[in-house]
Order: sequence, then structure tokens, then C-alpha cells
Amino acid sequence: MNDKIAASGRLFAALGFALAAFSAAPAAAWEPGKPVEFVVPAGTGGGADQMARFLQGVIAKHKLMSQSMVVVNKSGGAGAEGFLEIKGAKGDPHKIIITLSNLFTTPLATAVPFNWRDLTPVSMLALDEFVLWVNAESPYKTAKDYLDAVKAGAPNAFKMGGTGSKQEDHIITVMLEKTAGKKITYIPYKGGGDVAVQLVGKHVTSTVNNPIEAEAHWRAGKLRPLCVMDAERMPYKAKVTGDMSWNDIPTCKSAGVNVDYLMLRGIFMPSGVSQEQVDFYVGLFRKVRELPEWKEFMEKGAFKQTFMSGKEYADWVAKNEALHVGLMKDAGFLAK
Amino acid sequence: MEEFSNLMHGFSVALTWGNLGFMLVGLLLGVLIGVLPGLGGANGVAILLPLTFSMNPTSAIIMLSCIYWGALFGGAITSILFNIPGEPWSVATTFDGYPMAQQGRAGEALTAAFTSSFVGALFAVIAITFLAPLLARFALQFGPPEFFAVQMLTFCSFVGMSKDPPIKTLAAMMLGFALAAVGMDSVTGQLRMTYGFPQLLKGFDFLIAVIGLFGIGEILLTMEEGLSFKGKSAKINPRVVWHTWKELFRYKRTFLRSVLIGCWMGITPGGATPASFMSYGMARRGARDKDAFGKGNIEGVVAPETAAHAAGTSALLPMLTLGIPGSPTAAVLLGGLLIWGLQPGPLLFVEQKDFVWGLIASMYLGNLVGLIVVLTTVPFWAAILRIPFSIIAPVIVVICAIGAYTVHNSIFDVIMMLVFGVLGYLFKKLRYPLAPLVLALVLGDMAESSFRQSMLLSQGGLSIFFSNWLVGSLMVLALFLLVLPGWGAFKNFLRAREARGA
Repeated sequence: MNDKIAASGRLFAALGFALAAFSAAPAAAWEPGKPVEFVVPAGTGGGADQMARFLQGVIAKHKLMSQSMVVVNKSGGAGAEGFLEIKGAKGDPHKIIITLSNLFTTPLATAVPFNWRDLTPVSMLALDEFVLWVNAESPYKTAKDYLDAVKAGAPNAFKMGGTGSKQEDHIITVMLEKTAGKKITYIPYKGGGDVAVQLVGKHVTSTVNNPIEAEAHWRAGKLRPLCVMDAERMPYKAKVTGDMSWNDIPTCKSAGVNVDYLMLRGIFMPSGVSQEQVDFYVGLFRKVRELPEWKEFMEKGAFKQTFMSGKEYADWVAKNEALHVGLMKDAGFLAK
Repeated sequence: MEEFSNLMHGFSVALTWGNLGFMLVGLLLGVLIGVLPGLGGANGVAILLPLTFSMNPTSAIIMLSCIYWGALFGGAITSILFNIPGEPWSVATTFDGYPMAQQGRAGEALTAAFTSSFVGALFAVIAITFLAPLLARFALQFGPPEFFAVQMLTFCSFVGMSKDPPIKTLAAMMLGFALAAVGMDSVTGQLRMTYGFPQLLKGFDFLIAVIGLFGIGEILLTMEEGLSFKGKSAKINPRVVWHTWKELFRYKRTFLRSVLIGCWMGITPGGATPASFMSYGMARRGARDKDAFGKGNIEGVVAPETAAHAAGTSALLPMLTLGIPGSPTAAVLLGGLLIWGLQPGPLLFVEQKDFVWGLIASMYLGNLVGLIVVLTTVPFWAAILRIPFSIIAPVIVVICAIGAYTVHNSIFDVIMMLVFGVLGYLFKKLRYPLAPLVLALVLGDMAESSFRQSMLLSQGGLSIFFSNWLVGSLMVLALFLLVLPGWGAFKNFLRAREARGA
């Protein structure tokens, strides 16, 4: 007990010293003065939610911030609720938001008025890969088998399960349809976990689950990955199943399925905040990236580890937005 | 008996003083969270989740799941005392629990609710212990048509049970469906009935509607009757627990049926709320004196509470074995698992024996300790009713407002709660039933998306609802339950005519 008191005493002394040092410095770096609200524009349990709660956990564990971080789910209207909240919080440095592709797809599909330009880009944390999955008992061993079967089958004979409507999974399905020249029935479900289980139960023929959503079922031998929708293979070489690693999954391009799609997992803030305030969060997430827990989390979910901030990040977002406008237009998903 | 030795191993993991301490902390917090409407188990677990990251995963999940059990127990308290469901799955508990409290039988109602919860949970844990692989395979059978059949069954077992005129029931239900349709249409990805108001994007939350309709509506109604309130003469008898237990033995069949409904709904996963409604409806169907329901029948407390707790407990099974959460709280726990470095899925039982069996053992212990904790507080809760209404009413309104606010951290929701309160008051004044509205609001959304997913799968053919034995028998059962009351009424009509003719 005495040890604890002494320790906390030392901690306070150290804090006091640190504070004194800060106030003495001519340009004190900005730090949050109250708890930071971390908005998740999606429901609990999904990929964005998991990442946000993970960040909240490691930031608290390693005391990377003096104030606490509170995760708030604002999933209404395919995430529009969350984005509108950040848009409306002009100049508030105590609010940040994590994105899914709905940053682009929701305003395009529903015409709810928001755009990433209404927000301040902070940093890109990672990109989420998409893998084409089938049930392990299905006859399709490669992406080519699958594509040939879609081509040969009747229209709408293949059933693709995905998360939400007119969002990333749906876009990819339309891209697949274009490649195959045949209609695929798209069934929207609530969350990625549900989708994976529906494939295990053979209620759909295929899914385009993110790696983290389907990993457990793959390891249990229930699902089979056919290809990854990226220009290059995933770098993780540790075996996930008896004989396969993430790296062993071929790219869809190499298998003749010309589909390439990645999803942004990035952080934004409200507009009208100072550069100092943005820099604080950029620095914070830079520190998170150095943690072993983060590396483990990235490997578990086979994320593409690209970190960007500042202009580079804003340019990337602008380019990705243009890509989405094109894809959504081609698919006929734009709001009328 | 490999499961048995695994379970014993689990007890050895769970039964350390540290873990028992976490269990107690979790239970007390959970009961508190359950008592506050709006602040559900999911929020409670989400708030405390980050605190557990530095703990070892087994202790962490024991504490968090105990919050969940506590919330399941606690949800019944305000339903019975004030007609305010603390949790969505305790809405059905208000139907008979509140009238009992009004008659001065709050202690009995609370004892019945807690005991039923315990029985429900106990059987669900036993099912998880010994049948986990089998049940997980069963859950895989459920695609969109099967889900729709289950939701249909819930509606059908509930429809026609009310004594109100069918037109009024239908009107209330349609209003519920209309409210459920507001917001994002998940099948087309379009917004519906939001009319450009950003506040309507998320639709009408079931919890806010329930807090308003029941809680605020009830207060408005009581205020109209006059404000010269004395406290209820709630007799506090410490032996009320024993007396009630003796009585409960008479309801073995209700217990059994409710446990089955609950386990099934938890595993598929249909959720605790539909389970409680379905179980209440079925209990009323099976009872000899149907008219006693809604007027303070103890069986009307037993049925929904048993099913809700059985469903809430068994909802952890699909979460652990398939990675699909059977309830919002399970969804948050699922996020926790991943952060602790545990991947839920078919292999969790193989790769993380300590964790899984420690958790299962803690379910037995947590519910037992929980029962003891809540039963000892029965006289205390019942005593609250002695406080004059003029003092307790403002407190209730404040608790309701806090509850409505915490659901989404939005002031708009508090305003909506008041609007629903006025609506609830009007419903009661005009003698419209609230239950069908609430049921339609909670299930409408799910039923709609399962139906439309099925239609996408079958390219528009209704025959998909009879395409295999599982979905077919569910649908037949649902339709049977739907026409049954009509048939009864028809027979009565014939008999009446014969009697007149003779």
C-alpha cells in the first residue's frame, strides 16, 4: 500500500514537473483539455468499431494522452449521423471520427449533405483489404473457377452476401458482375460477422469479407479464400491455416478477375481547428503505430499498413473520392 | 463426460478470490445499470471495456459478463415498481409485474422475476456446457427465410392475445411498423421518411419509445388522478421470498416452455426481447384463465423473465463459436475479445480452453451470486413504493431523461421521449394497447429486412418460406397460432347460435 502511495506521489511530482516544463516553454504544444469524443459512424462490433475501441484501449493503457477518450457510435443513416455531427462541430478539437468507405458512399447514395472537405483530415491509419471467399465445401478452388462458373451459370444464380447496400461490398459485387458479364444477386446484411456466418451456413455462394471478419472461419476450415482485391499480395507470411498464410492468397488480377479495392481506415476532425491541434492527433497516432499491440492487430486483420498525414493524406482522400464517384456512377448507385 | 471435466477445470480458473471480487463488482454495477433505463448492458460494458485491457482476459470477461447478468436481473426492477422497463427485454414484464406492485405484491413480483431469471440462465448455461457444438451447428441453419419465420412466429404468438378490439390492436401495430421504417432502409440503402431532418436519420430508437410510452405516460396518467399522494402500503415481509418460491413450483410447465423459447431465440440469434414477448404470448395461450393476464398474474412475470434471461445467456454461444453477437451487449464483448487477442470462432473452444471454460463456470457462479444479491435487496426495492409519489415522480422523470439521453448522447432523444410520453398517455386514455406498438417497433425493422433478403434470394417467390423442413415447420406453426384465436371465436359464435336456436 505504502509503495502505491509513494508511486502515485512520484507520478504527481513528475506530472507537476512536466506541466511546469510545458508552461515554461515558449510555444506549449496543444493538448486536449477535456475527454475526447471518438465517433464511430457504424454500429458496435463492426470493423471500424473494433479499431476505435482498440485505439481507445491502447491509448489509455500506454497513457499516450492525459485526457480519456470516449467511443461513441453514431451509425444512423449509414453513418451520416456521425459525419454530420463532426461537420457541425466546427472548431471543436475534442472530437475525432474514424472512417469507413461510407465517408464517400453515404453522401453519394443518399444525398445527405456532407463531404470529407467539411472535415479536417488527420491521418490514415491503415487500409482494409477485401478477399473473395467461398464455402470450403464449394467446388470453386480458384478465382478463375469461380468466375467461369458465374459466366456459365444463369443470371442471378450466384448469391453474394455483403454489408449494407450501395456500400463497399455492393460496389465490389457490381465490379465482379462487370468482369463476368452476368448478374449476381446481392444480399445486404447488417454486419460483416453476420455475412461470414451466412457463408459458412451456405445461405450465400460467396462474400467479399475483410480478412478480420472471416479469419476465424478460415482457420476452422469452413471458408476458402480465392483472391485478394489488391494490386499485390498481402505481406503476412505466418501460417494461418495448416498450409496457407495471408501471403499465399493470389491477387484477383492474376486470376483474371480485374477488381482492385481498398477501404480507408483513417481519422478526421471537425473543420476550423488549428494546425497545432491536428499535429497533436497526428503525433498521437504515430505513437500508437509504434506499439507492439498495434502491429499484432494489423497482422491479425491482415491490414495494409500505410500511414499518411497532412497534404499527402488529403491528396489520397481526394483521389479515392474521385474513384468512388466513378464506381458509384458506373454501378448506378448515385442519388437522383 | 469430457465437458464435465472441462467445466471442473473452468471452476478452478474462475474460483479465485480475485475473480470472485470482480464478479461481485460486475454484478453490482450491472444491477445499477439495469435499473437505469436507457443505460443498457451494452453501454455499461462499452464504458468499462477499456478499463479491462490491462487485466487478464479471463478476469476481464468474468467481470464484464457479470455486468451483463446484473443488467439482466436489474431490468425487471423498474418495470415492476414503476412500469418503466429498464431494459427492452423487460417490457413484457411490466404487463403483469406492474399491476402486481399496484396491488401491494411488489415483493412477490420481484422474487418471481429474479428467480425466473436465474432459472432461465441456469438452463441456458447447462445447454451451453453440454450442447455447444450441436447448438452452434443449429444456428448455422438460419438464413433470411428462417429468421423471418421466427419473427413471424413471435408476431403470431402475440397477436390476438389482447382483449382489446382487433382494430385497435392493428392500428397500434401499424403505427409501430411505420415508426420502425423511419431511417435507413438497409436493403436499398436509401433514406425513408426522414424529410431532411438529420435527427431522424437514425430512426426511432426502441428504448426511447419505451421509456416515454411506459415511464412518462404512466406518470402523466397518475398525475391526472390527483397529486395528493401517499405511499403505497407495500407490506415488507422478509419471508416473501419463501412464500413466492412455494407458489412458483406450480408453474413448472411455464418455466420449461420459456426456457426452450429463450434458449432457441438466443442461439439463432433472435434476441432476448422477442423471446420475452413470445414467451409471454405463449404463456397466455396455454393458461386456463387467460383473463387474469395483464391484471397481476404471477405467471405473466415468470414467462418473459425466464425466456429473456435464457436468451440473454445463450446469446453468448453464437458469439463465442461463430463470432456473431446475439445481442448488442454480446457485440461489445466481441470487440473486447479481439482486443484481448482472442479470435472468436469455431476454434476458440479448442485454442483457449482456460478462457472459455472459465467464462462458462463464471456463468454458473455469476448467476448464483447474482440471485443472492438481488433477492436480499427485494425488501429494499419494495420499500421504495412507500415513498410518496410526489417525491418519487420527479426522480423518475429525471432518471428517464438521463436514460433517454445516454442511448445516443442526444438531446433530441429526450424531446422524443416526452413526445412518446404524451402518446403513451393518449393511448391509455383512448384504450389503445401499447404492447403491439412496442412489438412492431422492435421487430418491424428486423422482420422487414429478413423478408426482403428472402425475396432477393428467391427472386420474389414466396415458396422460399416452405423450402425446407425448418422454415416450413416454423411458418406452419406461426400460421396455426395466427388462426387459432379466430377459430376459438368462431366456435364460440357457433355455440352461441346453437344455444339461441335451441
